Amino acid sequence: MEFETVIGLEVHVELRTRTKIFCSCAVEFGAASNSRVCPVCLGSPGVLPVLNEEALKLGIRAALALSCEVRRSSKFDRKNYFYPDSPKAYQISQYDEPIGERGCVVIAGTSAPRSIGITRIHLEEDAGKLTHSPFGDASLVDLNRVGIPLIEIVSEPDLRTPDEARQYLEEIKSILQYCGVSDCRMEEGSLRCDANISLRPVGQATLGTKTELKNMNSFRNVVRGLEYEQERQRAVLMAGGAIVQQTLRFDEATGTTIVMRSKEDAHDYRYFPDPDLPRIELTQAYLDARRAEIPELPAQMRARFEQAYGLPTYDALVLTSTQRLARFFDVAASQAVDPKAVSNWLMGDVLGYLKEMGEDIDAQPMRPEQLAGLLRLIDDGTISTKIAKTVLRDMMTSGQDASAIIEQQGLVQISDEAALREIAERVIAANPKSVEDWRAGKEKALGSLVGQMMKETKGKANPQLVNRLIVDMLRD
Amino acid sequence: MSAMRGLGIRALHHELAEGRLTASDLIQDSLAAIETADGRVGAFLHVTRERALTQASAGEGVSGVPAPARGLLAGIPFAAKDNLCVEGVPTTCASRILEGYVPPHTATAVRRIETAGGVLIGKANLDEFAMGSSTENSGFHPTHNPWDLTRVPGGSSGGSAAAVAAGFVPYALGSDTGGSIRQPAAFCGVVGLKPTYGLVSRFGLVAFASSLDQIGPLTRSVEDAAIVLQGIAGWDELDSTSVQVDIPDYLASLTGDVAGLRVGVPAEYFETDMDQGVRDRVMEALDTLRRLGAEVRTIRLPHTRYALSAYYLIAPAEASSNLARYDGVRFGVRANDAPNLLAMYERTRSAGFGPEVKRRILIGTYALSSGYYDAYYKRAQQVRTLIRQDFQTAFAEVDVIVSPTTPTPAFRFGEKADPLTMYLNDIYTIPVNLAGLPAISVPCGLQDGLPVGLQLIGRPFDEPTLLRAAHAYEQAAGFSGLRPTALGEVQ
Repeated sequence: MEFETVIGLEVHVELRTRTKIFCSCAVEFGAASNSRVCPVCLGSPGVLPVLNEEALKLGIRAALALSCEVRRSSKFDRKNYFYPDSPKAYQISQYDEPIGERGCVVIAGTSAPRSIGITRIHLEEDAGKLTHSPFGDASLVDLNRVGIPLIEIVSEPDLRTPDEARQYLEEIKSILQYCGVSDCRMEEGSLRCDANISLRPVGQATLGTKTELKNMNSFRNVVRGLEYEQERQRAVLMAGGAIVQQTLRFDEATGTTIVMRSKEDAHDYRYFPDPDLPRIELTQAYLDARRAEIPELPAQMRARFEQAYGLPTYDALVLTSTQRLARFFDVAASQAVDPKAVSNWLMGDVLGYLKEMGEDIDAQPMRPEQLAGLLRLIDDGTISTKIAKTVLRDMMTSGQDASAIIEQQGLVQISDEAALREIAERVIAANPKSVEDWRAGKEKALGSLVGQMMKETKGKANPQLVNRLIVDMLRD
Repeated sequence: MSAMRGLGIRALHHELAEGRLTASDLIQDSLAAIETADGRVGAFLHVTRERALTQASAGEGVSGVPAPARGLLAGIPFAAKDNLCVEGVPTTCASRILEGYVPPHTATAVRRIETAGGVLIGKANLDEFAMGSSTENSGFHPTHNPWDLTRVPGGSSGGSAAAVAAGFVPYALGSDTGGSIRQPAAFCGVVGLKPTYGLVSRFGLVAFASSLDQIGPLTRSVEDAAIVLQGIAGWDELDSTSVQVDIPDYLASLTGDVAGLRVGVPAEYFETDMDQGVRDRVMEALDTLRRLGAEVRTIRLPHTRYALSAYYLIAPAEASSNLARYDGVRFGVRANDAPNLLAMYERTRSAGFGPEVKRRILIGTYALSSGYYDAYYKRAQQVRTLIRQDFQTAFAEVDVIVSPTTPTPAFRFGEKADPLTMYLNDIYTIPVNLAGLPAISVPCGLQDGLPVGLQLIGRPFDEPTLLRAAHAYEQAAGFSGLRPTALGEVQ
C-alpha cells in the first residue's frame, strides 16, 4: 500500500522586543541565570501583567506578513498547568481569539510551488528553562526566559514531506527576519518547532492518527526527526499495526524518537480569559500602520530579482536568503551594467570570503556601490578579472574604492599593444622550446608563454590582448 | 488616655498642623492601644512598630510638625489588610502557605498613602486569602468583634474593621471581592467603602478573584472614607484594569444636601430572609433620607437571585488560577518530605491551605474544566452581564440604591458552620461586585446592642453622589459616633 505523509508544524518565535511581554525586564540571550527577572515575571503574590505594546505590534506585523487576517478584537487567556518553569502556574496565552488567522506562505515544494495554510498566530509569554541536574535529584530553574514575548504559528496539515517542512520553516524564518519580528535563531531557541505527523493511504481524505514530535533543535533535525517518524509509522502500518497518538521526543544522538506521554496524559489546561488584562481592541488605522512597517518580503524580492535583473531562480533564492544580502545585491545590481555579473561575484567571491572571515555582509566595510564600481573597472578593461579578485578582498577589508586600491598598488591593466608587443618579443626569444612545441601542435605551450607574459607584467597585462598578440606573432 | 480617640482624620490633621500633637504621639498612642487590647480583639497579624516609629519621626522634621502641604493623611497611622503587599513587611494573607513571605514590592494603594506621609501600623487579620465572611478562616487566629467579643467581626476584612472599631487606628485599608469591606464594616459599626472596579489600583493586592477584587477604606466616618479614597484613587500604570478617569474632589461632594436625590430600594432584596431588626433599622434610615428631601422609590433587580450562584463560580474559578502559584517552588512553605514533584505540590498545598480555600479551589477548578466550562463559568459570566444590566436599568431611574449591608448583625463564632449559610451573608453585597459598582456601608443604628449597616450603591465612578448621600444620612442619623463598649477602658 502507498502512503501519503501529512505534516503540520507549530512554530514558536521569540519577538525581538527590548523588554518582556508583561514587565520591563530586559530580553537578553545568555545572561546569568535568574538575573533578568522581577516580581512580575516571577509571579510574586500581588503583581499584575501590563502588556508591552511593542510585542503586540510585532505580533500583528508577523500576522500580516504571513497573510493572516488580524482580529480587531482579541484577548488573552490563562493556560493553567503546574510545572516549575511557570512561576504563576499559568501561561498567559491566547486561546479562542488569536491575533491572526487564515494566513499562508508559499514554498518551492517538491515539484511545483505550494501554498501552505497558516491556521492561526497567537501571542503568548515564554516559560522558564529547566535543567535536570546531573548531580543528584535536583532540577535547576532559570526564569530569565519567563515572559519573553512569543508568537506561536500553527500551520494547516498541508506539508507532505520532511523537506517541505524544512522549506516552510526557512520561508517563515526568512519572512520574520525581513520584518524585524525576530532573529529566528534556532540554536538560541528564538525559533522552536514542534511537528505533527501522520500517514494515510494515498487517496484517503481523512487524516491518520498523528504523533507529535518535540525537541528538534535545528532545521536538519526537524528533517531527521520527521524522516525517522515517517518511516517508523510506515513500518507499523505496513505490518498491520495502528499508530498510537503520542507526544515524542527526538533524540539527536540516536536519531530516533522516544515517547514522552500518551494522549491519556494530556493536560486539561482550563483556559479562561485573563481578568488582569483588558481586551485588545485595534483600529483600522493601527493595523494600517503595522502593515506599512512590513518591508518587501523575500518572495516578492525573488520575483523582482528574476524579472528586473533577469536572474535565474537559484541566484534569486541564494541572494534573498538574508535581507541584508538581498539589499546589498539590489543596490549593486541597480548600478551595474550586468546584474548577473553582480550575482556571480556576490555568490562566489564575496560569500566565499565572508565565510572565511566568519562575517555577515553588513559587517564588512565594502558598500554595494563600491562593488558595482569594481565591476565597471573590469568591464572597461582597467583591470583583469584576476586582479579584481585581489582588489575585492582588499575592498572587503579596507573599505576603499577599487579605483583607489588599483592606483595605490599600480594594478592598472596594461592594454598598450606596442608595449606588450615589445615584452612578447622578449618572451618569445627567451623561450624557443615553447615556440617549437606550439608550432608542433602542442596547444599547452601557449599557456606557458602567456604565463611568462603575466609574470613579466606582474599580472597586469590584458590577458585577451596577450593571447591574441602571441598567437599573431607565432604565426608570423 | 488617648489623644486621638474619637477624632477624625481632618481633626487629627488639624492637631498636627497646630502643633498640639506630633506624628510620633499618634503612633505611640496607636501602638499603646494595640498593646492594651489587641490581645482580646486579635485585629493584627503583624505590628510594624519600629518601621512606624522611624517613619513618624522622619516625617515630623525638625519642628515635629508635618508640613501641611503634605495633605490630610500625613503623620496619621493606618492599618492594611494582610493581603496588601508592603516591601520588607511580612505578608501572609492569613495563610500558612505564605508564612514567612516578605514581598519585594509595595501595593500602589499603600505606597500612595505612605508617599502622602501616612504611617503603617500593622497588617490586619483576614479570612485566608480573603475567602470568608467572619475572619474565622484566618490560618493564624480569629478576630473578635469589639462590640461583643463572643461574636465575629465579619470578613474577610475583619481585622481592618475591628482595628478601626476598637480605636487602634483612625482608618484601615481592606479589600472587597463580594462584600469583604462592607460586611465587616456593618458588623463592627464603621464605614466601609468599596470603590468602582478600576478606580483603585490592585497592584500589590494579593489576588483572590481578579475581576471582582477592589481595595477600599474602612473608617469612622464618611468624610474619612472620602479623604482616604482621595489618597488611593487613580490610574496606575502597573494595573491594566485601573481606569484613566479624572479624579474628582471627593470632600467637596460632601454637601449634606440630598434634596431631590432619587433613592431606589430593590424589592428583591427585601424578599429574602432578613432579620427583623435589620429590616427596621433600614426602614428608619429610609425615613431619614425622605426627611432630608430624598425621593425614595422601589426598584427591580430581577436577576438578584442568580447573583450568589454566579459569584460562587466566577470567584472560585479565578481563585483556582490565582492561587496556583502557591506551589512550594518559589515562596512560602514547602513540604520537604516529598519523593517527587507532584507529591511536593500535593503535600505543600494540602498542608498550607485551609479548608475554605481548598473548597473554593476545587469548585473553581471544576468549573473551568474541559466539558464543564460552558455550563458553569461561561453561563456565570452571562448571568453577570444580566446583573450588570439590571443595575444599568435601575440607575436610569435612581441616583443611588439603598439596602441593608447584611441580613443579620454580627453572629457568634461557629454559628455559621455550614458554608452555604455563610455564603448567604453576602447576598446584598455580591451583586455590586459582579456589576463593578461603588458601594458603601454606613452604620444605621443598633439591634440588640449590635451595629447594623446600611448599604448605598452608586453608578460606576459616581463616588461623589454615593459619598454625598452616605454623608448626608450619617450626619442626620448620627450613628457613626457610636463606639463599642466591650473593651472597656481602652475605648
